[in-house]
Amino acid sequence: MDAAAKINGGAAQKGDNRPKLPIYLDYQATTPCDPRVVQAMLPWFTEKFGNPHSRNHIYGWEAEEAVERARKQVASIIGADEREIVFTSGATESNNTALKGVARFYKDRKDHLVTVATEHKCVLDSCRHLEQEGFKVTYLPVKKDGLIDLGQLDAAITDKTVLVSVMAANNEIGVIQPLAEIGKICRARGAFFHTDAAQAVGKIPLDVNAMNIDLMSISGHKIYGPKGIGALYVRRKPRVRLQPLMTGGGQERGFRSGTLPTPLCVGLGEACAIAEREMGAEAERLKMLRERFYQGIMAKLPEVYLNGDHDKRLPGNLNLSFAYVEGEGLMMGIKDVAVSSGSACTSASLEPSYVLRALGVDEELAHTSLRIGFGRFTTEQEVDYAVEHVVAAVKRLRALSPLWEMAQEGIDIKSIQWSGH
Amino acid sequence: MTGAPIYLDHNASAPLLAEAREAMVAALAVVGNASSVHGFGRRARRMIDEARAKVAALVGAPAEAVIFTSGGTEANNLALANPERRRVLVGAIEHDSVLRAAPDAERIPVSRDGVLDLAALDAMLARELGRPALVSAMLANNETGVIQPVAEAAAIARRHGALLHCDAVQAAGKIPIDVGGLGANYLSLSAHKLGGPSGVGALVALGGAPPEPMLRGGGQESWRRAGTENLAGIAGFGAAAGIAARDLDKAAEIGALRDEIERRVLDIAPDAPIYGSKAKRLANTACIGMPMVKGETQVIAFDLAGIAVSAGAACSSGKVAPSAVLQAMGAGKDRAAEAIRVSLGRGNGPDDVDRFVAAWSALHARTRRLRNAA
Repeated sequence: MDAAAKINGGAAQKGDNRPKLPIYLDYQATTPCDPRVVQAMLPWFTEKFGNPHSRNHIYGWEAEEAVERARKQVASIIGADEREIVFTSGATESNNTALKGVARFYKDRKDHLVTVATEHKCVLDSCRHLEQEGFKVTYLPVKKDGLIDLGQLDAAITDKTVLVSVMAANNEIGVIQPLAEIGKICRARGAFFHTDAAQAVGKIPLDVNAMNIDLMSISGHKIYGPKGIGALYVRRKPRVRLQPLMTGGGQERGFRSGTLPTPLCVGLGEACAIAEREMGAEAERLKMLRERFYQGIMAKLPEVYLNGDHDKRLPGNLNLSFAYVEGEGLMMGIKDVAVSSGSACTSASLEPSYVLRALGVDEELAHTSLRIGFGRFTTEQEVDYAVEHVVAAVKRLRALSPLWEMAQEGIDIKSIQWSGH
Repeated sequence: MTGAPIYLDHNASAPLLAEAREAMVAALAVVGNASSVHGFGRRARRMIDEARAKVAALVGAPAEAVIFTSGGTEANNLALANPERRRVLVGAIEHDSVLRAAPDAERIPVSRDGVLDLAALDAMLARELGRPALVSAMLANNETGVIQPVAEAAAIARRHGALLHCDAVQAAGKIPIDVGGLGANYLSLSAHKLGGPSGVGALVALGGAPPEPMLRGGGQESWRRAGTENLAGIAGFGAAAGIAARDLDKAAEIGALRDEIERRVLDIAPDAPIYGSKAKRLANTACIGMPMVKGETQVIAFDLAGIAVSAGAACSSGKVAPSAVLQAMGAGKDRAAEAIRVSLGRGNGPDDVDRFVAAWSALHARTRRLRNAA
């Protein structure tokens, strides 16, 4: 049984076009752990349980060897040296460590950071915390397509700028920032370049040297690995230094203390190795599925808007605004299809997405947005089923909406003066 | 090497319990981010809630007090982040993750038996009454197994208006813990020390002073610790906590094996120091010195005999430094460098005792020349 069939429980029998329900189309929130990754992890759950830091007995040696093999696999997918890879508990820790760690280490010389309004919450919250510690932070706006303006970036960097943090691919709208150009500017201006690549690693080619990236955050569970593990790439030449967030046993060359979880490290390594092998063909397949969904929706529904650039975007991401339909309501209307109306981390809140607001999407339209994520186990049947049900739900909800009715009659909704309540 | 390898290093990392493994394999098959509102996400959320209840029950805490972390080190760092800039006092024998998280902390001395000096703590706290303080005292030492008078320390701390953090990483699952009875404000736990997976732990935060978040971002763990939850790890932790709570009464059997090892070692070498043996200890831990033989040498010799033990704590195993814990107990540098830690656990039996003692005896005999020359 191939991996997809395994995840889908052997769905889509011959002659049966109905996929197994519910359908998971939320691959930017998290990805299923690939069965091949689980297989690689399993031996480390049982017969091999040594502490990789116990250097003096065979249990520890085997574990250490496995961790180092995994470190090489992680390094390989981003063109790094394995000595530049620090294992962490996930991308949130990597981002917190990169931002706070670098800022605090160099604080006697530099006190300014540059980031972007559409970064992941853990980058923005780390920046806000650094502001409370006395650092200055510039939050770059994005253009309507979700990309930053390189001229504005260049203008924002001063000789006091220690770090520029720009995410590789956005978690909500999937847009891919021009990393190589950003890296070039940062290198020329003497600022370190950190990129949160949680969504990008294994999805698009990344090369820390070609792109002049000094620090990169990596997540396990966004690339079909386990949750609870991630990595931080820290450049050795020219050397980047940082103050660790966690101190103790001095593991990970002092960058990050704590016993390394061998099975999780092995899982992340295997996930990277699989992604590196399959990325090219998989990206093409996902683009095809994404376009199948996008064209399917656009052909059947008016007033649907794509958020973020169409081409400079992750192969497996769509973010669509369905005018006059409330996103949360739409999610409820397509119960068999799991998508999200924002990022998972903030999905409990009913605030409109700050990412979409930063693109200039107005508040009403931001409320009508869905993020649809396609991935390794998504099938054509699932896409077709999802299109059919999204279209039906949107039509149903619009039929119930007085705003939609007014809009169809040519009334400009924005001109209406609503009575206060 | 004779026979199957013997693992006597449970304080470094305990083998994963079958129940924990099953819970993890099941969790790895679950698709979904526990923060997502759809059914996939809610299923993940339920697994985390169940695990939280089990971990809380192991230490008698309310479920909402449990903050899952990436392990004991993160839990200790989180507890000692100290945003209020309190005066910090830590035991002299604390784990590196406590000592390094609070590098400027005042050190509370310990007795020759490795027990926290309560009178000293009282006097230290009385010295600067005006300034709020935070005391960190471990429940059981990782190298000697000596159980610390944490409830008494907490009472003293309370009397002086100080908060108390207790690193219970080595004690959890080995002795009963009731966090209410201890009177600790914070308690650190690690899953892989009690038969759960590595990469997950918890800080139990009770009443009053919520810890300053170290990882910021999403609203996970009630805004106390950002980052997508380690679902499989947490599920494994929960399962292991459940088994550990059930098996607490098995400590006596393990204690009998440990006592047998110590008795027979002393038969061979009456001058071999057994650190902390006069104090109340974890039943599974023995810290034994072999006169004139470096701990590192012993560990390698035991490894050749197929027996895994350690010198000092695993996280500092790479470095050949004499144990800071034993030095704090008054052992000189040389003596402190001659000790190994033997830590037993589930699966060890009388045969393991025989083989350990035989290997110890052989090494002791081989190194007699060293002692005679001295």
